[in-house]
Amino acid sequence: MASLITCPHCGVRPKEEFAIRGDASLVRPAPSASDEAWHDYVYVRANPRGRTVEHWHHVAGCRRFLVVERDTVTHEVYSVVDAAAAVRGAER
Amino acid sequence: MRYSAFSIVRNALSGNLNWRPQWRQPQPKSHYDVIIVGGGGHGLATAYYLAKEFGVKNVAVLEKGYLGSGNVGRNTTIVRSNYMLPGNEPFYEFSMKLWEGLEQDLNYNVMLSQRGVIMLYHSDGQRDAYVRRGNAMWMEGVSAELIEREQLKKMIPFLNYDHARYPILGGLLQRRAGTARHDAVAWGYARGADQHGVDIIEHCEVTGIRRENGVVTGVETSRGFIGCGKLALAAAGNSSRVGEMADLKLPLESHVLQAFVTEGLKPCIDHVIVYGGGHFYISQSDKGGLVFGAEIDGYSSYAQRGNLATAEHVMEEGVSMIPGLSRVRVLRAWGGVMDMSMDGSPIIDRTSIDNLYLNCGWCYGGFKATPASGYCFAHLIARNDTHPVARALRLDRFARGYAVDEAGAGPQPNLH
Repeated sequence: MASLITCPHCGVRPKEEFAIRGDASLVRPAPSASDEAWHDYVYVRANPRGRTVEHWHHVAGCRRFLVVERDTVTHEVYSVVDAAAAVRGAER
Repeated sequence: MRYSAFSIVRNALSGNLNWRPQWRQPQPKSHYDVIIVGGGGHGLATAYYLAKEFGVKNVAVLEKGYLGSGNVGRNTTIVRSNYMLPGNEPFYEFSMKLWEGLEQDLNYNVMLSQRGVIMLYHSDGQRDAYVRRGNAMWMEGVSAELIEREQLKKMIPFLNYDHARYPILGGLLQRRAGTARHDAVAWGYARGADQHGVDIIEHCEVTGIRRENGVVTGVETSRGFIGCGKLALAAAGNSSRVGEMADLKLPLESHVLQAFVTEGLKPCIDHVIVYGGGHFYISQSDKGGLVFGAEIDGYSSYAQRGNLATAEHVMEEGVSMIPGLSRVRVLRAWGGVMDMSMDGSPIIDRTSIDNLYLNCGWCYGGFKATPASGYCFAHLIARNDTHPVARALRLDRFARGYAVDEAGAGPQPNLH
């Protein structure tokens, strides 16, 4: 269930400690990108049924942004990683 | 069969053996002029108005479950038109006026009860905001009343007026607003549409949208292929999934909203009361149960059930506003999947595909909009022209920079 989130820094914490920012799969376009690219980034969402990745901000804990991978139907949480670490991982 | 006092007497005298089902269970035909995906309130209302007001009678409504199994049977039954923005208020007032004539129009008792909706304020700043909203309503010709604390105490004596953090200073009242029996709305529209020749096909899930040369030719369903001249999507929380079948990219996120009902009580809450310290709303059903809810859980979800922490938060809000609630036992809780849009307002529009029409983004305000949504969507489908009160609710408003953001929360669906 999405009621408990295992923060990589703080351990198992109730979801009430987090603020949910939304879809973590989006990549911010370059400032000079087209209006359409910015429109899609700001407004359009894949809204998957099943596995999804979201940015959760651990507001009442370490205050780090996390990437939570979970299921939108079963509410099962698959993984929680620090957002900065996720970016570094993607760059490698 | 037309319902009347006479029909009750006549059927009683014949042992109540001659009542007919309220709608047929037809086999799908091979082709319809219009197929509506989604047999909820909006889809059924659309079919009803298409047939009755716009003369399009070769229509099918496809519903993957049983009729009314989605949000139309899961909401807290509130109908109101106390919006602020000029893009919203005329639309919801159009809906309110349709509600006021709906029972006669449908020949069906939807138990509309104009008991008044009052939104409480707890600070001077919030009072100012509600004065502004009330004035905005008056500018669209909708009556609103500011009820000050002393007057409110006489009207609703059991509120927690002297709460230390959220003292109740008054409220904004729309007297014409109230509640309606949600299931009866679905059944009434279904019966009305059926009488005008619409085929309502339950347990028929759309699994694909077939296109040729850039136009929709029909839908693949769990009961085979069905051809259509025009396809209209009214799939609420599953709009992104159905839209995906036609490569639509939608500004939606699906979220879960919970609702609750208590054991039956004697009449005690006469109005719909909305808490200003959070977003808690409560009314009493005609059966006696207190029906209430608050915000969405906050994480995107397709599950029709929510989280206990949110349930606890909702109860805390309720008890904070009405301490007497603490002794009442909750009977049931359930969840619905909300199609949260990026500005908190709905979308009724054509799409990039010529004969594909879209109705979605109702967030958690879809029930009150049911009649206007159906009427405006039917208008759009029949005439290829947006109804005047739905002009602000176009799909391209985000790209054009004309978002209708009632909450002022920005493109963050879980904050609307």
